[in-house]
Amino acid sequence: MSESRRHNLGLRVEGLAAARGGRVIFESASFVLEPGATLLLKGPNGAGKTTLLRTLAGLAPAARGTAETYLDGGPRLRLDELPAPRPDRRAASIYAGHADGVKASMTGVEHLRFWARLYEGGADRIEIAAGAFDLAPFVHLRAGAMSAGQRRRLGLARLVISGKPIWLLDEPTAAMDAVAAARLAALILAHNAEGGAALVATHDKLPIEAPALILDARPPAETQ
Amino acid sequence: MSVFDFANPERFERLARPIAVPTGALAAVLIGAGLYYGLFNSPPDYKQGETVRIMYVHVPAAWMALACYTALAAASAVGFIWKHPLADVAARATAPIGAVFTAVAIVTGSLWGRPMWGTWWAWDARLTSVLILFFLYLGYMAVWAAIEDKARAARLAAIVAIAGFINVPIIKFSVDWWNSLHQPASVFRADGPTIDGSMLAPLLLMALGYTVLFIALLLASMRNEIAARRLMRLEGAPGRPVSTVRKE
Amino acid sequence: MRAQLAVIGRDVSLAFRSGGGALHSVIFFALAALVFALAIGPDLALLSGLAAPILWAIALLSALVSLDRLFQADFEDGSLDTIVETADFLELSVLAKSVAHWLSAGLPVVLAAPAVALLLNLPAEGYAPLLLSLLVGTPALSFLGAIGAAVALGLRRASILVAILSGPLFAPALIFGVGAARAGAVDSPQFLPAILLLGAITLFGALLGPIAGAAAIRLNMTA
Repeated sequence: MSESRRHNLGLRVEGLAAARGGRVIFESASFVLEPGATLLLKGPNGAGKTTLLRTLAGLAPAARGTAETYLDGGPRLRLDELPAPRPDRRAASIYAGHADGVKASMTGVEHLRFWARLYEGGADRIEIAAGAFDLAPFVHLRAGAMSAGQRRRLGLARLVISGKPIWLLDEPTAAMDAVAAARLAALILAHNAEGGAALVATHDKLPIEAPALILDARPPAETQ
Repeated sequence: MSVFDFANPERFERLARPIAVPTGALAAVLIGAGLYYGLFNSPPDYKQGETVRIMYVHVPAAWMALACYTALAAASAVGFIWKHPLADVAARATAPIGAVFTAVAIVTGSLWGRPMWGTWWAWDARLTSVLILFFLYLGYMAVWAAIEDKARAARLAAIVAIAGFINVPIIKFSVDWWNSLHQPASVFRADGPTIDGSMLAPLLLMALGYTVLFIALLLASMRNEIAARRLMRLEGAPGRPVSTVRKE
Repeated sequence: MRAQLAVIGRDVSLAFRSGGGALHSVIFFALAALVFALAIGPDLALLSGLAAPILWAIALLSALVSLDRLFQADFEDGSLDTIVETADFLELSVLAKSVAHWLSAGLPVVLAAPAVALLLNLPAEGYAPLLLSLLVGTPALSFLGAIGAAVALGLRRASILVAILSGPLFAPALIFGVGAARAGAVDSPQFLPAILLLGAITLFGALLGPIAGAAAIRLNMTA
């Protein structure tokens, strides 16, 4: 790829399993999320999409297996083979879940500034984020006064501010209209073009063509 | 090592089953002997009179209150650090036993205080510390009761137990300091160095009896818990879907 | 550290706007003083002797009633994920949340204490030692209270569990706080050791609270 790529970090997942409350949610998840690629995550409710995303984000523990970031481009090296300390997944990824991650009594602008400080993103990224999600019409409102779709867009704006290479998105189009969903799809493609990777759990509302990971619930008779 | 590994508990069951009844019997003998010597076959105190006999129940119970909390914190640390499921079971089983010893210490302390101080409750430094310890036990058990996911409850309760244990000496010190400001030195001196040999024997018998009783109750409670968990696993096993991931 | 300072700034700013927690803490603090005064009766001499202990007890209670929201609000709206995600050491972020809690619930109570002390007829020489003891000791409540708040995170009846877990841990701070406030009022030699021990407890809380709190949050973040 060209040298203009900002990111070249991928995610390699091998034999990952997660358990909650003594029950295995999913097992033997093995896949590679390449830099510049998007993978859609599909499966019925309760199959473990959220658990997989949170496990990859480093927010929840894995029961077995590994999930490692690796550096792409040039000689292909895994980060754990480099002499420098390996950045953990949390440092490389950003997770956006069911909740918007916004405070009702804070305005849009306050949120953007807070995230810029939290993720140590530049002030210039605030502008880019506001533009990407067309926040201008409501960015000065308190989040409590915004519509559900507007709050969703505001919450996702932190993806752009963070500057993280790997996006882990859980039903990002919830509460979004078709226009906003198309905007998000375009943003994910732009992120891919910069070398960023995305894993998106979605129920077909995101107008994006990408390979899919399917989480299947199998009867336990087959598992052992 | 995972939560699904039940090899260890099975070995525990093999070890625990044959000693369950003997430990219970031994505890009964020791406590019976301790009570006999304490209540009928030891001299009354020259100052406290017959009420000193409450000491034989009270003082070892207060010792056990602290010893059980120490065991609880130790088991919690082992369970938390090495993710040892048996240690979690032991910690959980220890708490109600320790809480009962603590309650016995509080109630007998109050009963003893009635003739000695002329009141059911005096804010004696030791009694107050034991009362706070009782609340530490209640908090620990409340965590287990409040959290449904038992694997998570074990780890959260372990944090509570360890944090509480670290605070025990600070609480003890602060309560002693608090008490010394308001009252002359503690009246409790039955377990002090001035104790007579004829009192020491039943006291130690009772302490030993309590300890063996603790072991017997702990084993019984742990076996129960393990059996209950195995049953839950067996009943819960069919029909539980496990997801796998494939790429399309 | 930038991330932690951002969290403190956000939390304090949220607490001091309308609907935030700072005013609620002060109102609760004053209301609790009223409850004590009504229960004890209008005997000014009696109130005067009890003023310092009452003020410490109600400062403790007002910390307790706001602690269950310490992580819960962020947990519910999803911003706790963001905070965990950006923390190199979660312990530092828990420390930041505790500091923010003290700035937005503890400090307002300390500042309101002189006015409430007037209502309870605190003797004039009691003000300085009381304020000093509250200033030194109430941060310990925010630090140690983070343990219970983190353990009870996501539970339906979190507030009562937070109180049960925090109560015993608060005992030393209460004892030395009241001890210092009372000793200082009568120029007792006990004042200096009491206030130093109180400071030690606050420092100890600043160490234990974040470590235990972060461990509990990691467990409770699991979806």
